[in-house]
Amino acid sequence: MSRKKTTQAQGFVGTIKKFFLSAFVVVTFMAYLMHERLTNAASASPANTAANTGSVPSVPDPNSYTVPTVAGQFPATIPTMAVQNPGAVSTQTVASQAGLYKNGSYTGPSVDVFYGLVQVQVVIQNGQIANVTFLDYPHDRRTSQEINTQAMPMLTQEAIQAQSANVNIISGATLTSEGFANSLQAALLSATN
Amino acid sequence: MKQTRIIMGMPVILEVVDPGVSGETFEAVFDYFGYVDRKFSTYEPDSEISMINRQELTLEQSSDDMKTIFALAEQTRRESGGYFDIVHNGLYDPSGIVKGWAIQTAAEILQRIGLGNYWVYAGGDIQVSGKNDQGEDWRVGIQNPFNPQEIIKVLSLQNCGIATSGTYARGNHIYNPKNGDRPAGEVVSLSVIGSNIYEADRFATAAFAMGSAGIQFIEKLEGLEGYSIDPHGLATYTSGFERYVAHA
Repeated sequence: MSRKKTTQAQGFVGTIKKFFLSAFVVVTFMAYLMHERLTNAASASPANTAANTGSVPSVPDPNSYTVPTVAGQFPATIPTMAVQNPGAVSTQTVASQAGLYKNGSYTGPSVDVFYGLVQVQVVIQNGQIANVTFLDYPHDRRTSQEINTQAMPMLTQEAIQAQSANVNIISGATLTSEGFANSLQAALLSATN
Repeated sequence: MKQTRIIMGMPVILEVVDPGVSGETFEAVFDYFGYVDRKFSTYEPDSEISMINRQELTLEQSSDDMKTIFALAEQTRRESGGYFDIVHNGLYDPSGIVKGWAIQTAAEILQRIGLGNYWVYAGGDIQVSGKNDQGEDWRVGIQNPFNPQEIIKVLSLQNCGIATSGTYARGNHIYNPKNGDRPAGEVVSLSVIGSNIYEADRFATAAFAMGSAGIQFIEKLEGLEGYSIDPHGLATYTSGFERYVAHA
Protein backbone atom coordinates (compact mmCIF):
# COMPACT_ATOMS: atom_id res chain seq x y z
CA MET A 1 0.00 0.00 0.00
CA SER A 2 2.81 2.43 0.86
CA ARG A 3 4.45 1.43 -2.39
CA LYS A 4 1.47 2.73 -4.26
CA LYS A 5 1.47 6.04 -2.44
CA THR A 6 5.16 6.64 -3.02
CA THR A 7 4.85 5.90 -6.68
CA GLN A 8 1.82 8.10 -6.91
CA ALA A 9 3.85 11.00 -5.55
CA GLN A 10 6.76 10.33 -7.86
CA GLY A 11 4.54 9.95 -10.84
CA PHE A 12 2.51 13.05 -10.16
CA VAL A 13 4.24 15.31 -12.64
CA GLY A 14 4.21 12.56 -15.24
CA THR A 15 0.55 12.03 -14.57
CA ILE A 16 -0.19 15.70 -15.12
CA LYS A 17 1.73 15.60 -18.38
CA LYS A 18 -0.08 12.48 -19.44
CA PHE A 19 -3.35 14.08 -18.51
CA PHE A 20 -2.84 17.13 -20.65
CA LEU A 21 -1.76 14.95 -23.54
CA SER A 22 -4.78 12.77 -23.00
CA ALA A 23 -7.06 15.77 -22.64
CA PHE A 24 -5.75 17.14 -25.91
CA VAL A 25 -6.49 13.88 -27.65
CA VAL A 26 -9.97 13.67 -26.21
CA VAL A 27 -10.75 17.32 -27.02
CA THR A 28 -9.44 16.86 -30.52
CA PHE A 29 -11.51 13.79 -30.95
CA MET A 30 -14.67 15.41 -29.61
CA ALA A 31 -13.98 18.42 -31.76
CA TYR A 32 -13.76 16.17 -34.74
CA LEU A 33 -17.11 14.64 -33.88
CA MET A 34 -18.66 18.10 -33.57
CA HIS A 35 -17.20 19.07 -36.89
CA GLU A 36 -18.45 15.88 -38.42
CA ARG A 37 -21.91 16.48 -37.05
CA LEU A 38 -22.07 19.95 -38.46
CA THR A 39 -21.27 18.74 -41.94
CA ASN A 40 -23.12 15.45 -42.10
CA ALA A 41 -26.53 14.19 -41.28
CA ALA A 42 -26.67 12.06 -38.18
CA SER A 43 -26.45 8.36 -38.72
CA ALA A 44 -28.41 5.61 -37.14
CA SER A 45 -27.40 2.10 -36.21
CA PRO A 46 -29.54 -0.98 -35.86
CA ALA A 47 -30.25 -1.34 -32.22
CA ASN A 48 -29.53 -4.89 -31.24
CA THR A 49 -25.77 -4.51 -31.24
CA ALA A 50 -23.74 -5.52 -28.23
CA ALA A 51 -22.10 -2.52 -26.64
CA ASN A 52 -18.59 -3.59 -27.41
CA THR A 53 -18.97 -4.88 -30.92
CA GLY A 54 -19.08 -2.53 -33.82
CA SER A 55 -19.80 -4.80 -36.72
CA VAL A 56 -23.23 -3.51 -37.68
CA PRO A 57 -23.14 -0.98 -40.51
CA SER A 58 -24.80 2.38 -39.96
CA VAL A 59 -27.50 3.67 -42.28
CA PRO A 60 -28.67 7.25 -42.73
CA ASP A 61 -31.71 8.03 -40.63
CA PRO A 62 -34.21 10.18 -42.51
CA ASN A 63 -35.91 10.97 -39.22
CA SER A 64 -32.77 12.37 -37.68
CA TYR A 65 -33.84 15.98 -37.62
CA THR A 66 -37.58 15.74 -38.01
CA VAL A 67 -38.50 15.73 -34.33
CA PRO A 68 -39.02 19.20 -32.85
CA THR A 69 -36.12 20.67 -30.99
CA VAL A 70 -35.66 19.66 -27.40
CA ALA A 71 -34.69 23.17 -26.36
CA GLY A 72 -36.66 24.28 -23.36
CA GLN A 73 -37.00 20.73 -22.11
CA PHE A 74 -33.75 20.75 -20.20
CA PRO A 75 -33.42 20.86 -16.47
CA ALA A 76 -32.98 24.41 -15.31
CA THR A 77 -29.25 23.94 -14.86
CA ILE A 78 -28.40 23.16 -18.45
CA PRO A 79 -28.51 26.69 -19.92
CA THR A 80 -25.32 27.43 -18.01
CA MET A 81 -23.54 25.24 -20.53
CA ALA A 82 -23.22 28.23 -22.83
CA VAL A 83 -20.97 30.12 -20.45
CA GLN A 84 -19.19 26.96 -19.38
CA ASN A 85 -17.80 26.29 -22.84
CA PRO A 86 -15.07 28.84 -23.52
CA GLY A 87 -13.17 26.30 -25.61
CA ALA A 88 -15.75 26.08 -28.36
CA VAL A 89 -13.93 28.28 -30.85
CA SER A 90 -10.54 26.59 -30.57
CA THR A 91 -12.32 23.27 -30.73
CA GLN A 92 -13.43 24.02 -34.27
CA THR A 93 -9.87 24.90 -35.28
CA VAL A 94 -8.61 21.61 -33.93
CA ALA A 95 -11.37 19.80 -35.74
CA SER A 96 -10.24 21.06 -39.13
CA GLN A 97 -6.77 19.70 -38.44
CA ALA A 98 -8.00 16.35 -37.24
CA GLY A 99 -9.26 15.23 -40.65
CA LEU A 100 -11.65 12.37 -41.27
CA TYR A 101 -11.34 8.91 -39.84
CA LYS A 102 -11.27 5.96 -42.16
CA ASN A 103 -13.77 3.22 -41.62
CA GLY A 104 -12.34 0.11 -40.02
CA SER A 105 -11.12 -1.34 -36.77
CA TYR A 106 -7.95 0.03 -35.17
CA THR A 107 -6.06 -1.32 -32.21
CA GLY A 108 -3.99 0.92 -29.95
CA PRO A 109 -0.79 -0.19 -28.23
CA SER A 110 -0.71 -1.63 -24.75
CA VAL A 111 -0.07 1.27 -22.39
CA ASP A 112 1.56 0.65 -19.04
CA VAL A 113 -0.35 2.47 -16.31
CA PHE A 114 1.82 1.20 -13.44
CA TYR A 115 -0.69 -1.26 -12.07
CA GLY A 116 -1.02 -3.03 -15.40
CA LEU A 117 -1.61 -2.60 -19.11
CA VAL A 118 -4.43 -0.89 -20.94
CA GLN A 119 -5.19 -1.49 -24.60
CA VAL A 120 -8.17 -0.33 -26.62
CA GLN A 121 -9.62 -1.02 -30.02
CA VAL A 122 -11.71 1.55 -31.83
CA VAL A 123 -14.21 0.88 -34.62
CA ILE A 124 -14.90 3.65 -37.14
CA GLN A 125 -18.08 3.67 -39.17
CA ASN A 126 -19.10 6.47 -41.55
CA GLY A 127 -16.02 8.32 -40.40
CA GLN A 128 -17.26 8.38 -36.82
CA ILE A 129 -16.31 6.36 -33.80
CA ALA A 130 -18.84 3.57 -33.49
CA ASN A 131 -17.36 1.70 -30.58
CA VAL A 132 -14.45 1.46 -28.23
CA THR A 133 -13.50 -1.96 -26.89
CA PHE A 134 -11.01 -2.74 -24.17
CA LEU A 135 -8.71 -5.56 -25.20
CA ASP A 136 -6.78 -5.49 -21.97
CA TYR A 137 -6.79 -3.77 -18.66
CA PRO A 138 -5.02 -4.24 -15.34
CA HIS A 139 -6.03 -7.35 -13.51
CA ASP A 140 -4.41 -9.57 -10.97
CA ARG A 141 -6.05 -12.89 -10.53
CA ARG A 142 -4.45 -14.71 -7.66
CA THR A 143 -3.66 -18.32 -8.31
CA SER A 144 -4.92 -19.59 -4.99
CA GLN A 145 -8.06 -21.59 -5.50
CA GLU A 146 -9.15 -21.84 -1.89
CA ILE A 147 -12.85 -21.22 -1.78
CA ASN A 148 -14.88 -20.29 1.23
CA THR A 149 -17.76 -22.72 1.08
CA GLN A 150 -19.60 -21.09 3.98
CA ALA A 151 -21.88 -18.61 2.29
CA MET A 152 -23.17 -15.79 4.40
CA PRO A 153 -26.83 -15.91 5.45
CA MET A 154 -29.18 -14.83 2.64
CA LEU A 155 -26.26 -14.69 0.25
CA THR A 156 -25.36 -17.27 -2.37
CA GLN A 157 -21.96 -18.08 -3.80
CA GLU A 158 -20.84 -19.46 -7.12
CA ALA A 159 -17.69 -19.61 -9.20
CA ILE A 160 -17.86 -17.08 -12.02
CA GLN A 161 -18.32 -18.59 -15.46
CA ALA A 162 -18.09 -17.19 -18.97
CA GLN A 163 -21.49 -16.60 -20.59
CA SER A 164 -22.79 -16.01 -24.08
CA ALA A 165 -21.85 -12.59 -25.37
CA ASN A 166 -25.35 -12.00 -26.73
CA VAL A 167 -26.01 -8.77 -24.85
CA ASN A 168 -27.02 -5.17 -25.64
CA ILE A 169 -24.68 -3.53 -23.12
CA ILE A 170 -21.90 -4.46 -20.71
CA SER A 171 -21.38 -3.15 -17.19
CA GLY A 172 -17.84 -3.03 -15.85
CA ALA A 173 -15.59 -0.84 -13.77
CA THR A 174 -14.26 2.36 -15.32
CA LEU A 175 -11.06 2.23 -17.29
CA THR A 176 -8.20 4.45 -16.28
CA SER A 177 -8.63 7.62 -18.28
CA GLU A 178 -4.97 8.27 -19.06
CA GLY A 179 -4.13 4.77 -20.23
CA PHE A 180 -7.39 4.68 -22.11
CA ALA A 181 -6.69 8.00 -23.80
CA ASN A 182 -3.11 7.07 -24.71
CA SER A 183 -4.11 3.80 -26.34
CA LEU A 184 -7.11 5.44 -27.99
CA GLN A 185 -4.93 8.22 -29.34
CA ALA A 186 -2.70 5.78 -31.17
CA ALA A 187 -5.68 3.81 -32.46
CA LEU A 188 -7.28 6.98 -33.81
CA LEU A 189 -4.03 8.16 -35.38
CA SER A 190 -3.98 5.06 -37.53
CA ALA A 191 -7.61 5.77 -38.45
CA THR A 192 -6.88 9.31 -39.62
CA ASN A 193 -7.08 10.03 -43.31
CA MET B 1 -29.92 4.84 -33.14
CA LYS B 2 -26.75 4.56 -31.11
CA GLN B 3 -23.80 6.90 -30.66
CA THR B 4 -20.60 6.87 -28.63
CA ARG B 5 -18.57 9.84 -27.42
CA ILE B 6 -15.54 10.13 -25.21
CA ILE B 7 -16.47 12.47 -22.37
CA MET B 8 -15.04 12.66 -18.85
CA GLY B 9 -12.17 10.46 -20.10
CA MET B 10 -14.52 7.56 -20.66
CA PRO B 11 -16.93 6.29 -23.28
CA VAL B 12 -20.44 7.68 -23.02
CA ILE B 13 -22.91 5.71 -25.12
CA LEU B 14 -26.56 6.36 -25.82
CA GLU B 15 -28.92 4.05 -27.66
CA VAL B 16 -32.55 4.97 -28.27
CA VAL B 17 -34.88 2.62 -30.13
CA ASP B 18 -38.02 4.77 -30.00
CA PRO B 19 -39.04 5.67 -33.57
CA GLY B 20 -38.24 9.16 -34.77
CA VAL B 21 -35.58 9.98 -32.22
CA SER B 22 -33.60 12.99 -33.41
CA GLY B 23 -29.92 13.69 -33.63
CA GLU B 24 -30.59 16.78 -31.54
CA THR B 25 -31.65 14.55 -28.67
CA PHE B 26 -28.28 12.81 -28.81
CA GLU B 27 -26.56 16.19 -28.86
CA ALA B 28 -28.55 17.32 -25.84
CA VAL B 29 -27.49 14.26 -23.85
CA PHE B 30 -23.83 14.42 -24.85
CA ASP B 31 -23.78 18.19 -24.22
CA TYR B 32 -25.13 17.54 -20.77
CA PHE B 33 -22.31 15.10 -19.98
CA GLY B 34 -19.83 17.68 -21.28
CA TYR B 35 -21.34 20.26 -18.97
CA VAL B 36 -21.04 17.88 -15.99
CA ASP B 37 -17.43 17.12 -16.89
CA ARG B 38 -16.48 20.80 -17.10
CA LYS B 39 -18.03 21.45 -13.73
CA PHE B 40 -16.93 18.41 -11.72
CA SER B 41 -13.66 17.21 -13.28
CA THR B 42 -10.85 17.25 -10.73
CA TYR B 43 -8.41 16.90 -13.65
CA GLU B 44 -9.59 20.18 -15.16
CA PRO B 45 -7.95 23.19 -13.47
CA ASP B 46 -10.78 25.53 -14.49
CA SER B 47 -13.60 23.32 -13.24
CA GLU B 48 -15.74 24.52 -10.38
CA ILE B 49 -14.65 21.61 -8.18
CA SER B 50 -10.99 22.50 -8.79
CA MET B 51 -11.70 26.09 -7.78
CA ILE B 52 -13.31 24.83 -4.58
CA ASN B 53 -10.30 22.60 -3.91
CA ARG B 54 -7.99 25.60 -4.36
CA GLN B 55 -10.27 27.51 -1.98
CA GLU B 56 -10.97 30.12 -4.64
CA LEU B 57 -14.66 29.40 -4.25
CA THR B 58 -16.68 28.45 -1.20
CA LEU B 59 -19.49 25.95 -1.32
CA GLU B 60 -21.90 28.79 -0.53
CA GLN B 61 -20.69 30.64 -3.63
CA SER B 62 -20.90 27.59 -5.85
CA SER B 63 -23.59 26.63 -8.36
CA ASP B 64 -26.84 24.87 -7.47
CA ASP B 65 -25.59 21.65 -9.07
CA MET B 66 -22.45 21.73 -6.95
CA LYS B 67 -24.50 22.25 -3.80
CA THR B 68 -26.76 19.39 -4.85
CA ILE B 69 -23.82 17.01 -5.31
CA PHE B 70 -22.33 17.97 -1.93
CA ALA B 71 -25.69 17.42 -0.24
CA LEU B 72 -26.15 14.04 -1.94
CA ALA B 73 -22.60 13.03 -1.04
CA GLU B 74 -23.21 13.92 2.60
CA GLN B 75 -26.45 11.96 2.61
CA THR B 76 -24.66 8.94 1.13
CA ARG B 77 -21.82 9.28 3.65
CA ARG B 78 -24.36 9.07 6.48
CA GLU B 79 -26.32 6.22 4.91
CA SER B 80 -23.16 4.19 4.43
CA GLY B 81 -21.86 4.69 7.96
CA GLY B 82 -19.00 6.82 6.65
CA TYR B 83 -17.73 4.41 4.01
CA PHE B 84 -18.69 6.77 1.22
CA ASP B 85 -16.67 9.96 1.45
CA ILE B 86 -15.82 12.50 -1.25
CA VAL B 87 -12.91 13.85 0.81
CA HIS B 88 -9.59 12.23 -0.13
CA ASN B 89 -6.32 13.61 1.20
CA GLY B 90 -8.06 16.85 2.11
CA LEU B 91 -9.48 17.42 -1.36
CA TYR B 92 -12.97 16.90 -2.71
CA ASP B 93 -13.40 14.27 -5.39
CA PRO B 94 -17.12 13.76 -6.03
CA SER B 95 -16.57 11.38 -8.98
CA GLY B 96 -18.04 8.51 -6.93
CA ILE B 97 -21.45 10.13 -7.07
CA VAL B 98 -21.37 12.42 -10.11
CA LYS B 99 -21.38 9.72 -12.76
CA GLY B 100 -24.54 7.99 -11.56
CA TRP B 101 -26.23 11.34 -10.98
CA ALA B 102 -25.32 12.50 -14.50
CA ILE B 103 -26.62 9.30 -16.11
CA GLN B 104 -29.83 9.62 -14.10
CA THR B 105 -30.29 13.24 -15.16
CA ALA B 106 -29.59 12.33 -18.79
CA ALA B 107 -32.29 9.65 -18.57
CA GLU B 108 -34.69 12.25 -17.18
CA ILE B 109 -33.95 14.47 -20.18
CA LEU B 110 -34.99 11.60 -22.45
CA GLN B 111 -38.11 10.82 -20.42
CA ARG B 112 -39.13 14.47 -20.51
CA ILE B 113 -39.20 14.52 -24.31
CA GLY B 114 -41.30 11.38 -24.37
CA LEU B 115 -38.70 8.69 -25.03
CA GLY B 116 -39.06 5.42 -23.16
CA ASN B 117 -36.92 2.75 -24.80
CA TYR B 118 -33.24 3.53 -24.42
CA TRP B 119 -30.11 3.08 -22.37
CA VAL B 120 -27.51 5.57 -21.22
CA TYR B 121 -23.99 4.30 -20.50
CA ALA B 122 -21.06 6.14 -18.97
CA GLY B 123 -17.85 4.38 -18.00
CA GLY B 124 -19.43 1.03 -17.18
CA ASP B 125 -22.56 2.31 -15.41
CA ILE B 126 -25.91 2.06 -17.17
CA GLN B 127 -29.52 3.17 -16.90
CA VAL B 128 -31.90 1.12 -19.04
CA SER B 129 -35.48 2.03 -19.86
CA GLY B 130 -38.26 0.10 -21.57
CA LYS B 131 -37.46 -2.58 -24.13
CA ASN B 132 -34.87 -3.22 -26.82
CA ASP B 133 -35.67 -3.24 -30.54
CA GLN B 134 -36.83 -6.84 -30.24
CA GLY B 135 -39.48 -5.73 -27.74
CA GLU B 136 -37.65 -7.57 -24.97
CA ASP B 137 -35.94 -6.46 -21.78
CA TRP B 138 -32.45 -5.13 -22.31
CA ARG B 139 -29.75 -7.77 -22.00
CA VAL B 140 -26.95 -6.45 -19.85
CA GLY B 141 -23.71 -8.36 -19.33
CA ILE B 142 -21.45 -8.12 -16.30
CA GLN B 143 -17.85 -7.96 -17.44
CA ASN B 144 -15.33 -10.48 -16.15
CA PRO B 145 -12.97 -8.44 -13.94
CA PHE B 146 -10.13 -10.78 -14.91
CA ASN B 147 -10.77 -10.73 -18.67
CA PRO B 148 -12.36 -7.73 -20.40
CA GLN B 149 -13.34 -9.87 -23.38
CA GLU B 150 -15.61 -12.03 -21.30
CA ILE B 151 -19.05 -11.70 -19.76
CA ILE B 152 -19.74 -13.68 -16.60
CA LYS B 153 -23.42 -12.90 -16.11
CA VAL B 154 -26.26 -11.92 -18.41
CA LEU B 155 -29.06 -9.89 -16.89
CA SER B 156 -32.48 -9.06 -18.22
CA LEU B 157 -33.26 -5.48 -17.17
CA GLN B 158 -36.03 -2.97 -17.63
CA ASN B 159 -36.27 0.48 -16.01
CA CYS B 160 -33.33 0.11 -13.68
CA GLY B 161 -29.72 1.03 -13.22
CA ILE B 162 -26.61 -1.10 -12.85
CA ALA B 163 -23.25 0.14 -11.62
CA THR B 164 -20.01 -1.80 -11.24
CA SER B 165 -17.17 -0.78 -8.97
CA GLY B 166 -13.79 -2.45 -9.27
CA THR B 167 -10.17 -2.34 -8.25
CA TYR B 168 -8.71 -2.72 -11.70
CA ALA B 169 -10.29 0.34 -13.24
CA ARG B 170 -8.26 3.38 -12.19
CA GLY B 171 -5.83 1.49 -10.10
CA ASN B 172 -7.47 1.07 -6.77
CA HIS B 173 -9.59 4.15 -7.32
CA ILE B 174 -11.99 3.44 -4.51
CA TYR B 175 -10.64 3.85 -1.03
CA ASN B 176 -11.78 2.71 2.36
CA PRO B 177 -11.91 5.94 4.37
CA LYS B 178 -11.91 3.99 7.61
CA ASN B 179 -8.68 2.19 6.89
CA GLY B 180 -6.13 4.95 6.54
CA ASP B 181 -7.37 5.71 3.02
CA ARG B 182 -6.03 2.40 1.81
CA PRO B 183 -7.50 0.65 -1.19
CA ALA B 184 -10.34 -1.68 -0.34
CA GLY B 185 -9.35 -5.31 -0.54
CA GLU B 186 -10.97 -8.71 -0.86
CA VAL B 187 -13.37 -7.74 -3.63
CA VAL B 188 -12.29 -7.07 -7.21
CA SER B 189 -15.69 -6.23 -8.67
CA LEU B 190 -19.09 -5.33 -7.22
CA SER B 191 -22.13 -4.79 -9.44
CA VAL B 192 -25.26 -3.25 -7.93
CA ILE B 193 -28.70 -3.15 -9.53
CA GLY B 194 -31.19 -0.54 -8.34
CA SER B 195 -34.37 1.19 -9.42
CA ASN B 196 -32.17 3.89 -10.90
CA ILE B 197 -28.51 4.32 -11.67
CA TYR B 198 -27.98 7.05 -9.11
CA GLU B 199 -28.94 4.73 -6.26
CA ALA B 200 -27.01 1.82 -7.74
CA ASP B 201 -23.86 3.86 -8.35
CA ARG B 202 -23.54 5.56 -4.97
CA PHE B 203 -24.17 2.37 -3.02
CA ALA B 204 -21.88 0.33 -5.28
CA THR B 205 -19.10 2.81 -4.48
CA ALA B 206 -19.86 2.75 -0.75
CA ALA B 207 -20.24 -1.03 -0.52
CA PHE B 208 -17.07 -1.63 -2.51
CA ALA B 209 -15.13 0.40 0.06
CA MET B 210 -16.36 -2.05 2.71
CA GLY B 211 -14.53 -4.96 1.09
CA SER B 212 -16.11 -8.38 1.50
CA ALA B 213 -18.71 -6.97 3.92
CA GLY B 214 -20.10 -4.76 1.16
CA ILE B 215 -22.40 -7.39 -0.32
CA GLN B 216 -24.09 -7.80 3.07
CA PHE B 217 -24.62 -4.04 3.18
CA ILE B 218 -26.33 -4.24 -0.22
CA GLU B 219 -28.43 -7.17 1.01
CA LYS B 220 -29.82 -5.00 3.78
CA LEU B 221 -30.76 -2.11 1.49
CA GLU B 222 -34.30 -2.07 0.18
CA GLY B 223 -34.53 -2.21 -3.60
CA LEU B 224 -30.89 -2.99 -4.27
CA GLU B 225 -29.30 -6.28 -5.36
CA GLY B 226 -25.63 -7.01 -5.77
CA TYR B 227 -23.09 -9.39 -7.32
CA SER B 228 -19.63 -9.34 -5.77
CA ILE B 229 -16.50 -11.10 -7.10
CA ASP B 230 -13.46 -11.88 -4.97
CA PRO B 231 -9.81 -12.25 -6.11
CA HIS B 232 -10.28 -16.00 -6.61
CA GLY B 233 -13.19 -15.63 -9.02
CA LEU B 234 -15.76 -16.59 -6.41
CA ALA B 235 -18.98 -14.60 -6.65
CA THR B 236 -21.38 -13.77 -3.82
CA TYR B 237 -24.82 -12.43 -4.63
CA THR B 238 -27.81 -11.09 -2.75
CA SER B 239 -31.09 -12.93 -2.17
CA GLY B 240 -33.05 -11.09 -4.87
CA PHE B 241 -30.34 -10.98 -7.51
CA GLU B 242 -31.43 -14.17 -9.26
CA ARG B 243 -34.63 -12.62 -10.60
CA TYR B 244 -32.60 -10.32 -12.85
CA VAL B 245 -30.56 -13.15 -14.38
CA ALA B 246 -31.48 -13.93 -18.00
CA HIS B 247 -32.11 -17.62 -18.49
CA ALA B 248 -32.85 -17.68 -22.19
